Amino acid sequence: MTTQTTQEPPQLFEAREPVFPQRVSGWYRRLKWWLMAFTLSIYYITPWLRWDRGENLPDQAVLIDLAHARFFFFWIQIWPHEFYFVAGLLIMAGLGLFLFTSALGRVWCGYACPQTVWTDLFILVERWVEGDRNKRIRLLRDKWSFRKARLRVTKWTIWLLLSIATGGAWVFYFADAPTLLRDLVIGQAAMAAYITIAVLTGATFMFGGFLREQVCTYMCPWPRIQAAMMDEHSLTVAYRDWRGEPRGKMGKAEGDCIDCMACVTVCPQGIDIRDGQQVECITCALCIDACDNMMEKIGRPRGLIDYCALSDEVLERAGNEPKTVWSHILRLRNFIYFGLWGLIGVGLVVALFIRSDFSVSVKPDRNPRFVTLSDGTIRNAYDLKLSNQTGEDRVFHISIKTSDPLRLDLEGTDELSVIVPADGRLHQRAYIFAKPEHSASTSDKSPVRFWIEDRNDGARIYVDSVFAGDER
Amino acid sequence: MRKKIKKSDEDYPTTGHEWDGIREYDKPMPRWWLYTFYLCIIFAFGYMVAYPAIPLLKGATPGLLGFSTRAEVAKHIAEVNAQNAEIEAQLLSTPLEEISADADLVRFATAGGGAVFRTYCAQCHGAGAQGAKGYPNLQDDDWLWGGDLATIETTIQHGIRYEADEDTRFSEMPKFGDFLEKDEIAALAEYVLQVSGQEHDAALATIGQPLFEDNCVACHTEQATGDRELGAPNLADAIWLYGRERETITTTITNSRFGVMPAWQGRITEAQIKQVTFYVHQLGGGE
Repeated sequence: MTTQTTQEPPQLFEAREPVFPQRVSGWYRRLKWWLMAFTLSIYYITPWLRWDRGENLPDQAVLIDLAHARFFFFWIQIWPHEFYFVAGLLIMAGLGLFLFTSALGRVWCGYACPQTVWTDLFILVERWVEGDRNKRIRLLRDKWSFRKARLRVTKWTIWLLLSIATGGAWVFYFADAPTLLRDLVIGQAAMAAYITIAVLTGATFMFGGFLREQVCTYMCPWPRIQAAMMDEHSLTVAYRDWRGEPRGKMGKAEGDCIDCMACVTVCPQGIDIRDGQQVECITCALCIDACDNMMEKIGRPRGLIDYCALSDEVLERAGNEPKTVWSHILRLRNFIYFGLWGLIGVGLVVALFIRSDFSVSVKPDRNPRFVTLSDGTIRNAYDLKLSNQTGEDRVFHISIKTSDPLRLDLEGTDELSVIVPADGRLHQRAYIFAKPEHSASTSDKSPVRFWIEDRNDGARIYVDSVFAGDER
Repeated sequence: MRKKIKKSDEDYPTTGHEWDGIREYDKPMPRWWLYTFYLCIIFAFGYMVAYPAIPLLKGATPGLLGFSTRAEVAKHIAEVNAQNAEIEAQLLSTPLEEISADADLVRFATAGGGAVFRTYCAQCHGAGAQGAKGYPNLQDDDWLWGGDLATIETTIQHGIRYEADEDTRFSEMPKFGDFLEKDEIAALAEYVLQVSGQEHDAALATIGQPLFEDNCVACHTEQATGDRELGAPNLADAIWLYGRERETITTTITNSRFGVMPAWQGRITEAQIKQVTFYVHQLGGGE
């Protein structure tokens, strides 16, 4: 066979084999409907939730304010210098994926991945407009007619509306949702918002309506990466080869598989699970439902296609009992992933509670390191950056602690306190003076501790710096 | 009977390459991929026509859209200038002393002044305005001509000993090497060391004192504290433009020093002069 095909002129492309997933009902299908409703609700509703933070801060519960470099998440507010929280969450998301993949195989792909969820939604629309598998296959073969055009246009219109809603919801995370919606409608929103919506609408329309399983098979790197997280003990959707084979018509073959093709017709990836583990399989578990329904009809035990680990398949084939589901989940590899995941999680929570709601950075002027004044006093200049992360203006008192009684002075004010605006930053230049009789004036480096105190609530933090003297 | 859903892997030819028993399939690309490739080619031709693309002897082909990065930069600069026009007008109409009362003006003057300083002044006065030998430190509290806003502005506008500007500041210390003997100059130097509180030869300083009174007090005053009206430096403080050492002071008395600063009026805009004046004043030494 191979020798023959090499004689033919090579193909430039491989045409997509159209996939027409059949409707199926069952436990996993119901679970997937609930998960779809849940994940889509989170996505569409979240930007509309409100959270009162006072008059100086936005009242949107979840807001990524790129213009002002702020991230709001309910009671948590993150500034750029606290980006490690976001980094930590991303690492947790990664480790969480590792954990789930190691324990339950590609559950992310099968249940929660946006590509899967939206494709499922688009197929639902397709089935609703054009009918189930056989009708859709016939419609594809039919010549163009008014009916075919009407069905296609209806389907595409609904897809497009869903896509616009998807792209539209995305931008609401980045600006005040009600204001942005009004601006979008009256044509006053920023160009970036319209372009983002257009791009995401197009992508959703193409990915959910036409590319579908090709995104998983050709574009997504995750199927390749997660091979490293899985081993023979990971649960995955598999066909019990030892039970099903040899397959054949009911009563004519020894195996339980009656070759009804139900598992193949429901597959959104267009594969045959009976061929074994394949990179295309997203473990959506719809073939389990399809097969279980059929087994029930012919009076055979369920589970010819089932969640099982490859090591169990070997055990069962030899006539032994498979391990329990929990023994696949509670094993060292998963404990390590969970431990790392939990460690970072606890670390982030602790960091969240001990962080201060104001912060200061002190940068000593190093060009020049010091200035000699006419009476021989040595002066150092410092750039102080004070951030007030609360919703109210705050007064901070600044003082220094040094071994010599050095004098502190703030540029542009006679006092030693500054007002930092709500949700804002203040840049303040400060001077420290060492008289000639102070040892700091002649030693290269002396330690200085800046104390910044909010005298209203007693909160205070310090920053260590140095005083540079003229070491002659 | 059974319809094959997909080609099985055995249906594909191999490239004929083999490494350790591993053979390479010669599978075709998916269609959408191929079409994306074709689209990229079409896009490339469109891009070549629309944008500068083909290099010729004198620059590249301009492209139908007439895009140029230089024009983009000019446009952005014009935009920034237009945005700043209002606050710049406000700066020009605000007296120097009143700038510090307006936070927006302070930010505009400090940021703009810093840019002007780093462009035109840092070559001599240093990036941090710390000065160098012969170039005054602008951060300290010692000023030859005065350290208030108006005086700093005048200095920047007209320069120091800059003969092309009629209103330039001018001070001229005679070359005492022409009038005094070497041992007299040595004695004078000892006296200068004495008034500035440094180690000195007391006997020589006693000889130097009448010489100082005869030759120097007219400008440097009796207490040697200098005179800002004349631009005569304070000799009694800790700050020395050329150096505090005996040799340097002797050289200064013998040959005199004539540092020159150019006038900036006409070379930079009025607004820039105002900005850099404010910037220098807020560095820590302003009066």
